[in-house]
Amino acid sequence: MSQSLTQLLLTYLPLIVFIGVAAVIGLALLVVAFVVAYRQPDPEKLSAYECGFNAFDDARMKFDIRYYLVAILFIIFDLEVSFLFPWATALGRLGQFGFWSMMVFLAVLTVGFIYEWKKGALEWD
Amino acid sequence: MSLADVWWSYLLPLLIMIGESLLLLVVLLIGVAYILLADRKIWAAVQIRRGPNVVGPWGLLQSFADLLKFVLKEPVIPAGANKGVFLLAPLVTCTLALAAWAVIPVDAGWVISNINVGILYIFAISSLAVYGVIMAGWASNSKYPFLAALRSAAQMASYEVSIGFVIITVLLCVGSLNLTAIVEAQNRGLATLIGLPWLSILNWYWLPLLPMLVIFFVSALAETNRPPFDLIEAESELVAGFMVEYGSTPYMMFMLGEYVAVCTMCAMATILFFGGWLPPIAVPPFTWVPGIIWFVLKALLVFFMFAMVKAFVPRYRYDQLMRLGWKVFLPISLAMVAIVAGVLQVTGWVPK
Repeated sequence: MSQSLTQLLLTYLPLIVFIGVAAVIGLALLVVAFVVAYRQPDPEKLSAYECGFNAFDDARMKFDIRYYLVAILFIIFDLEVSFLFPWATALGRLGQFGFWSMMVFLAVLTVGFIYEWKKGALEWD
Repeated sequence: MSLADVWWSYLLPLLIMIGESLLLLVVLLIGVAYILLADRKIWAAVQIRRGPNVVGPWGLLQSFADLLKFVLKEPVIPAGANKGVFLLAPLVTCTLALAAWAVIPVDAGWVISNINVGILYIFAISSLAVYGVIMAGWASNSKYPFLAALRSAAQMASYEVSIGFVIITVLLCVGSLNLTAIVEAQNRGLATLIGLPWLSILNWYWLPLLPMLVIFFVSALAETNRPPFDLIEAESELVAGFMVEYGSTPYMMFMLGEYVAVCTMCAMATILFFGGWLPPIAVPPFTWVPGIIWFVLKALLVFFMFAMVKAFVPRYRYDQLMRLGWKVFLPISLAMVAIVAGVLQVTGWVPK
């Protein structure tokens, strides 16, 4: 492995260590109640909360298609944002061509956005 | 390789890393305890109440008493739940919220890991926060958590997009993804341009990018599920949102994760728009103050805004929330990306 790549990866080592320490603290907090606290489970206590009623069907039910639609729209625009990240960082070195290429890309996406707006994909009622 | 070599070249640096991580995390968690108290105190003050004032002087130990209460409560895992995922969800929420702090510089060089894609890392980590909510809602196998998790996932996803565009506009002005570089880029700006370089408060990006600051602030509220966007735990409809089935420390970890995420957003606003650790006026009495104090002061100011919004803005309805995200913030922030890039390109201010 080349020297510079090793250097690059070494800057990520404290990051991994930090996430590890955070996970350990989180795990300790999670476990402590199971160790310390008084526990006496009974069937009523362990049943799903439904305002005092017994649950009459499965909770994993059908739901509104619009949540899927939001998820799909989110993927489109979040991908767009991730295309913009390297472009925004390097704009000074890209010159006029780089600038206008991204503007054309944004314009195409705006056309799509206007289309889905007109189609009513963004309506909640 | 001798034992001494192993110690000096591997074990000692590792121990230092663990020590630094522990220091930041402990300071952060104690800070969160007092942020929580401050939140309740500000909320109480707006409603002309006293707020928590019994545990310790002025209620200063309230959060620690709450911690003790949570630890001693009986943890209940519902019979119908997927037990593994049910317990993993709070851990994921809490760990991810804490993980974002690994790259946040609180002063020049005071950062756990000064990676060159810092802001991308934070963006990625905060996107992952939705997994904790979805896992909790699904694993509970109960109707209220399930509905709340769906709502909340759609809400967090919608506002993620506008936060992304806000970050892009700042990046256009900086030309780097490194958080330290973003702060240092705010040493030059409008004040330098009008010939008053000591008035550094005008250098920061809050002034030229004011619309983006507003969008960032409101999106941060929605992203962290703070009022007025706390629809996932709208008491009147969904009881306690995706956390209905949780109690004891698993519930506490959701609260903790939420407040740590709020702190992260305050720190982000400070770094992106308020010049991080830079003093507001670059003349001697202000430049003598250590950078960390400026950073904490600015972050607390942003948090004060969060708390005030919680206290006096009524809750949004769900369709209003989605309309604001997709039909107002998204077009405005998209247009601002094009405008800011265009202005930088035409004037030649774009960072080389």
